[in-house]
Amino acid sequence: MSKKKNGSSGLGQLLIPLIALGILVLFNLFRDISFFSITMRVNNSGNIVLAGNLISIIDNASELAIIAMGMTLVTAACGGQDISVGAVAAISGAVLVKVLQGMGGITPVSLLLGFLAATLVTILFKLFNGTLVAVFRIQPMIATLILFSCGRSIAYWINGDATPQLYAPIIDSIGKTIPGIPIPTPIFAVLLMGLLLILLFRFTSLRLYTQSVGINQGAARLNGINPTTVKLISFVILGVCVSIAALLGVCRMHQLNHKNLLVDIEMDAILAVAIGGNSLGGGKFKLIGSILGAYIIQMLTTTLYAMNVNPVNIKAYKAIVIILIVVAGSPVIKRGLTALWKKLRTNKAQTEGVN
Amino acid sequence: MEDGIVLTMRGICKAFPGVKALNNVDFTLRKGEIHALMGENGAGKSTLIKVLTGVYEKDAGSICIDGCPGEAHIHSPQQAQEIGISTVYQEITLCPNLTVAENMFIGRGKGAIVHWKEYEKRADEILKSLGIPARANQELSRCSLAVQQMVAIARAVDMNCKVLILDEPTSSLDDNEVARLFQLMRDLKAKGVGIIFVTHFLEQVYQVSDRITVLRNGELVGEYVVEKLPQVELVAKMMGKSLDDLAELERIGQKGAISDNCVYEAAALSSSECRPFDFHIRGGEVNGFTGLLGSGRSESVRAIFGADRVTGGKIRIKGKAARITKPHDAMKNGIGYLPEDRKRDGIIADLSVRDNIILALQVIQGMNHPISRAKAEAFADEYIAALQIKTASQDTPIKSLSGGNQQKVILARWLLTHPQYLILDEPTRGIDVGTKAEIQKLVLKLAEEGMSITFISSEIEEMLRTCSRLIVMRDRKIVGELTGDDLTQAQVMKTIAGGEQTDE
Amino acid sequence: MFEKKNGAALRTREPLTDTQMLMFISIGIFAAMYLAAVLFMGGGFRKPQMFFDLLNDNAALIIISCALTIVMITGGINISVGGVIGLTTMACAIFVNSRSGESGTVSILLTLLLALGIGLGFGVLQGFLVARLEIQPFIVTLAGMFLARGLTTILSLEPVTVSHEGFQALVESRVKIPWLGYVAPNGNLIPAKIEIGAIVAICVVILMALTLHNTRFGRNVYAVGGNPQSALMLGINVKRTVFWAYVISGLLSGLAGFVFLMHKPAGNASVAMRSEMDAIAASIIGGTLLTGGVGNVIGSFFGAMILATIQKIIFLSPLNASWWQDMANGAMLCFFILLQSLILMRRNNSKTAGKLQKNLKIHKADKTTEGKEEKHET
Repeated sequence: MSKKKNGSSGLGQLLIPLIALGILVLFNLFRDISFFSITMRVNNSGNIVLAGNLISIIDNASELAIIAMGMTLVTAACGGQDISVGAVAAISGAVLVKVLQGMGGITPVSLLLGFLAATLVTILFKLFNGTLVAVFRIQPMIATLILFSCGRSIAYWINGDATPQLYAPIIDSIGKTIPGIPIPTPIFAVLLMGLLLILLFRFTSLRLYTQSVGINQGAARLNGINPTTVKLISFVILGVCVSIAALLGVCRMHQLNHKNLLVDIEMDAILAVAIGGNSLGGGKFKLIGSILGAYIIQMLTTTLYAMNVNPVNIKAYKAIVIILIVVAGSPVIKRGLTALWKKLRTNKAQTEGVN
Repeated sequence: MEDGIVLTMRGICKAFPGVKALNNVDFTLRKGEIHALMGENGAGKSTLIKVLTGVYEKDAGSICIDGCPGEAHIHSPQQAQEIGISTVYQEITLCPNLTVAENMFIGRGKGAIVHWKEYEKRADEILKSLGIPARANQELSRCSLAVQQMVAIARAVDMNCKVLILDEPTSSLDDNEVARLFQLMRDLKAKGVGIIFVTHFLEQVYQVSDRITVLRNGELVGEYVVEKLPQVELVAKMMGKSLDDLAELERIGQKGAISDNCVYEAAALSSSECRPFDFHIRGGEVNGFTGLLGSGRSESVRAIFGADRVTGGKIRIKGKAARITKPHDAMKNGIGYLPEDRKRDGIIADLSVRDNIILALQVIQGMNHPISRAKAEAFADEYIAALQIKTASQDTPIKSLSGGNQQKVILARWLLTHPQYLILDEPTRGIDVGTKAEIQKLVLKLAEEGMSITFISSEIEEMLRTCSRLIVMRDRKIVGELTGDDLTQAQVMKTIAGGEQTDE
Repeated sequence: MFEKKNGAALRTREPLTDTQMLMFISIGIFAAMYLAAVLFMGGGFRKPQMFFDLLNDNAALIIISCALTIVMITGGINISVGGVIGLTTMACAIFVNSRSGESGTVSILLTLLLALGIGLGFGVLQGFLVARLEIQPFIVTLAGMFLARGLTTILSLEPVTVSHEGFQALVESRVKIPWLGYVAPNGNLIPAKIEIGAIVAICVVILMALTLHNTRFGRNVYAVGGNPQSALMLGINVKRTVFWAYVISGLLSGLAGFVFLMHKPAGNASVAMRSEMDAIAASIIGGTLLTGGVGNVIGSFFGAMILATIQKIIFLSPLNASWWQDMANGAMLCFFILLQSLILMRRNNSKTAGKLQKNLKIHKADKTTEGKEEKHET
């Protein structure tokens, strides 16, 4: 009995995003059923790959989904959001490219080293954010506003004004597909990151720690939890997420453009967290909600593209759909619906009683 | 409406998901009377008050106020204020970032412009007349909690209310402040204000009240004139059982053997909040810290647990030197601490009862050794049964439990870690009489089993019942230590008040 | 013992509140920075016109900083202000061009109404969603920003330059300050000039400061930000207060769009990109806390002026490059945030200590007064 109740309350959080996704799917089914067609085709480098809107939605949402996972943790622990992820991703990309250039060529080894260096730098920058938040008790949004406003300039400073082009088989393998495997690699990156986090939650009690700190930091401290450490850990994990997303972004575009790499992704990531039903005030969280949120956002974008909406105008339509989703998930509407549902049930019970 | 009656509530019902908080409750308040509203935790007192002040909407029933024709429909605290119902809540409901004067006048009156000068002048007059040591243009957050509470009362008083509700107003006041508050209540009574007084302190009820209405489990038990309801009967009515439990306890006292070895010793321990003090506790001993509010009793035990920044001192655990500078150190050394402020420092509101129970044990085991789900469920079941925690399931968020049951969950959290030394700071505050007795019994039982316990309570009787040694504090200093035959209320009072000779 | 007489204590000056403290720090830093620029940079900074140019160039920023301050005091945030500026400039540019040849004053008034109407629309919508439906302000105003930016590009992808003559006259009009200026090499006094937008901005700051400090609504805003539950219990209509805060914020954003158009008479999809973050930075530097309840538009004004001065200094220095600007902004923001954090932490610590001491004093005072009473009785 108790387990059943738990299950339904867990689903409650995911109800709105699932319905939103369902409506988007239905809408596309009625609009143009070929939207869902998946074909095999040969790409530029001669590999057989899966193609179609569904694949491209899941593929293109990868960076967003990965960052949304990290953002969920930071949100849960700190009760605020990191708005510098896009800017720090640019720094991460810049370091990656700098290492690649320094090693004089793109090989799997140099790429790995570059990625490790980039991850390290990203984590350092995230620790800077984390320190401001955890030690100096600054609201996350304000603390990350600093890197938001100068992160891309730091990337520029690291790498100069150039937009270096990167062409190598390994770059294609990461940004597009690995020869012989028809599914785009970024999708695997999402799975990998998700798996890593699931294992982390399975083999440590990080989830309990994070939620405790997010809900009641003072009480958590009196129970021996060090809130500073927990918050810093959440930022480190976000750093890893950002670094992976930056790698995918760079490989996908074959180039580093410090102005455009993962631009505005912070806003989409925060949206994904909120659409997934997670409270932006911290506390309890569901990773799967945020991932779902990321795919909803991407599906919306792709649907609008498919409807031949001018890419620059997409923001307006996106805004309307987002407002509809958050309104549907708003506490007031939820309360109203619960009250209505109860009324219907009691009415039903009454009529049954009469019968 | 009858003459002399300012408020009638008839057939009030209010349900929350899963709970029927109020069921057909009647309440009558007359002019110039102090009417105590009594009941255990979860009896529905707060809900009734919140229905009356428009915080909750009632499901059924009617409310009539003197001077308002027909039924009064109260949908917001503002409306309640307008028809003459003022409230002072247990938790201070003022804005810390505004001045004292603003807190007294905001949300009242008409007009778009704030007349600062006039406000401050009037506020100063009122503060002066009530003898409240605050200045009108002072930021509220710079006043002590007690003064903040009095400002809240001053605000209510100034609104010329017909009905004044005091919801646990004395829980953060010391005896002098309580006496002054009672004087204020009597003055208002003389002016014809009807006062609803909600409290857990039985003695206080008998000091000031004229009538008592008792609620139990959301239902009305009855309305009584104070003189005709002896204290014992009142408790019996509130609990639905007799006081024998408590009486028995009084006779038993602590009987377990106290070992000679110190479980915990501190020399010149000091923290950012308290001055250096020496302290020790033996195995199986129950001791207590007592003193007025602000005497440093809570700060001292917080220093023992490392809850505040420890600034100095030598600590020995079972004779071996140890270093305790943060809660985690204390927990590793087998010390548990149930904090004074349950809501702020104890519960993790949104987490389930189960997560709240295993939290401390999990932290001691370390982040890398999570307690499995099955084990956690077993622990939770065990302690929910052992402490008779009333909860729908172990997945229920702790915030939806009543205060007493929340406290039991926190207690379970520490018992699960099997500490050798457990600190309980006001474990019985804001808890119904029944649970109080349960907790006191539990303390004695644990001590018998060999656990050392420090017990703090603002009710001296309770401490005398449970402790074998009392440490008396005044002005953040230890001024005396009482054992054996000295453990009487008179001696404690004497030490608190006149311990000048023990000063240097 | 130390507070023997209430009367004497009354006359003592109250210590600065957090709001005032943070505001004075930002005013002090602005003054120091400007003085340093005058002393070490010389050149343009020696002329009063430089100060007015800072106002002229940043009038819109000053207005949206006020717009942000009021919602931040309620504990919310509004990141749609930049988007609304963009939309307003575009809509107004298109509208005023469509009325070319018609009377200047009427066209300008109608354009102003359009600008305010757009702002009001956004304010009402966002206020409703935040206050009534209790949706997180960040998400609501983020959606608002997307909507405004999207609508701007739907109106026109290409920049629209204002060609309406009446409006252009307005753009070029300046108010001269005859007694302030600098002496040109030929001996003539060249008076300092202020744009109308800058005057509007200053009026907005004064008006908002008065509103927040001296009106019932303004104080309610602080109360709601300080503790919404308490505010509710004190009889304040929290939802209405929050709603109106967003409405005012939206209205000011619309006005800022109009002011922006008066400064640069062209609608453009990328106008005021990310200016919401500058406005947030200005508010924070001016001492507004994102947690709510603390803040002041005067502080935000100086916050905006600090940002503007940095920009100017870097522009006039050999480091002139956009990325140096960003770095300097970031560094400045970091400095202020850390400074505030340290001040607030220290004050909180001393506050708890003070609380304890006060408690003790009250106990003592009580005892003495009681003693006296007893004596009277005997």
